[in-house]
Amino acid sequence: MLTNRSKQVVKREMTLMERMYLPAIFGGVIITIRHLFRKAATIKYPETKREIAQIWRGQHVLKRDDKGAERCTACGLCAVACPAEAITMVAAERNRGEENLYREEKYASTYEINMLRCIFCGLCEEACPKEAIFLTDRIIETDYAREGFVFGKDKLVEPADARIDVTPRQTPAVLEFKKHKQLSHNK
Amino acid sequence: MSFLLYQTILCGGIFTITLAIAAYSTYAERKVAAFLQDRIGPDRAGPFGILQPLADGLKFFMKEEIIPNVSNKLLFIAGPCIAMLTALMAGVVIPWGSTLEIGGNVYSLQIADLNVGILYVFGVVSIGVYGIMIGGWSSNNKFSLLGAIRASAQMISYEIAMGLAIIAMIIMTGTLSLGEISAQQAGGAGSDWSMWNVVYQPVGFLIFLICAFAECNRTPFDLPECETELIGGYHTEYSSMKLGFYLFAEYINMFISSAVISTLYFGGYNFPFMNNLGLDHNTITILGTVFLFGKIFFFIFFFMWIRWTVPRFRYDQLMDLGWKVLIPLSVANIVVTAFIILLSNR
Repeated sequence: MLTNRSKQVVKREMTLMERMYLPAIFGGVIITIRHLFRKAATIKYPETKREIAQIWRGQHVLKRDDKGAERCTACGLCAVACPAEAITMVAAERNRGEENLYREEKYASTYEINMLRCIFCGLCEEACPKEAIFLTDRIIETDYAREGFVFGKDKLVEPADARIDVTPRQTPAVLEFKKHKQLSHNK
Repeated sequence: MSFLLYQTILCGGIFTITLAIAAYSTYAERKVAAFLQDRIGPDRAGPFGILQPLADGLKFFMKEEIIPNVSNKLLFIAGPCIAMLTALMAGVVIPWGSTLEIGGNVYSLQIADLNVGILYVFGVVSIGVYGIMIGGWSSNNKFSLLGAIRASAQMISYEIAMGLAIIAMIIMTGTLSLGEISAQQAGGAGSDWSMWNVVYQPVGFLIFLICAFAECNRTPFDLPECETELIGGYHTEYSSMKLGFYLFAEYINMFISSAVISTLYFGGYNFPFMNNLGLDHNTITILGTVFLFGKIFFFIFFFMWIRWTVPRFRYDQLMDLGWKVLIPLSVANIVVTAFIILLSNR
């Protein structure tokens, strides 16, 4: 009754036309034959790929800064924000001479995302104060075993010589939001 | 060419064609299903998936063959054999074409023109029930048994209506031989305006068609193997090529039913204006065979078309339809036909 969509069930005898089945079958047959000439909705996946949105949320990337140092400082805010609890990390202290590898004194020695747990909501990206983690338009490849879906730093950190463009993810609204430095996590 | 050699070639040819058509019916079924549902269907094996039946057959042969310990092994193996054998046997009496004249000799394109042709088909089809029944019973599985019981009850019920529909037909044609029934429907549009039997026996045709669906265990009468209630029905316990034989037999039955419907009601190898084109006899025969296969393919398509349109009947609806509707209707059809024949012959 709440939706106003409930219907009173009527149990009545079928009329002669209904009991003959044939008119109804004829109607059904006409409907199905029309579909014979309709264009198939199938996309032959490996050969042709479905167009995906620019802001598609796929495999994550851990960004490096302009000098090639990892941005992540292992603060753990992404892990806290993650509703699926897919992110784990171990923090480590930067040694002397590693300044070109890690941007700040603390970094993540291991950083793992379980792609089977991840729901690709993008909350980690939102939580990150260092703009280190982004979701990209790459699709996670399938595998036969579960182990392959726990992505470590080897798969997540972008290669220094092959940067991954995340500008499409930063829509005008996001950029506008990031201008407001008074908002806590943009400090 | 000796008679024996010719018959061997003809038998081998028809055997091969039957198997090929049955194999490609499985492919066509999936393609038709796909097209009716706005999909593409199998297209990976060869161009347009044309090699799919070969891949399916290979898969069936490679699968592990499981014979349950609790089953009756002899009958378990006999089941699919009988189903396959009877399915293939019915093709013998169907006239695949008129006659060919080669070097003064006349060759018939019918393997055996039995004077009890229709009865032979009926006999073979009713033996086919044993394949399903024995298979389902010997599996020693409740679902198989239920499927087998349903199959036999359904087939026996619908055979009655089917036979009665044919009786009206026989009253009209005066013969049981499929060869003669085909020959009687020659002419038609263009020459003497004697029409195909469907014009004189529309009700009989309808009953026969519905019963053919039931006999082939096709939707909407596919209760013996309905997945939702009986897992796989009578072939639940079967695996490997034995399962393949059951499925294959179903498609052969569909092909043979289509051939019988075409022969009895749609003029067999005859086509309109066949005597007005001024072609020689052999050309007409070959064209006629092509037309017959065209009709058969249409009916096979029709079987599939209905399958992907109509949902399955409930079991009581099935029995109601068979006993309370089709049998009285076919009896009425016999009476009306007999009266008309009696009055017109006076």
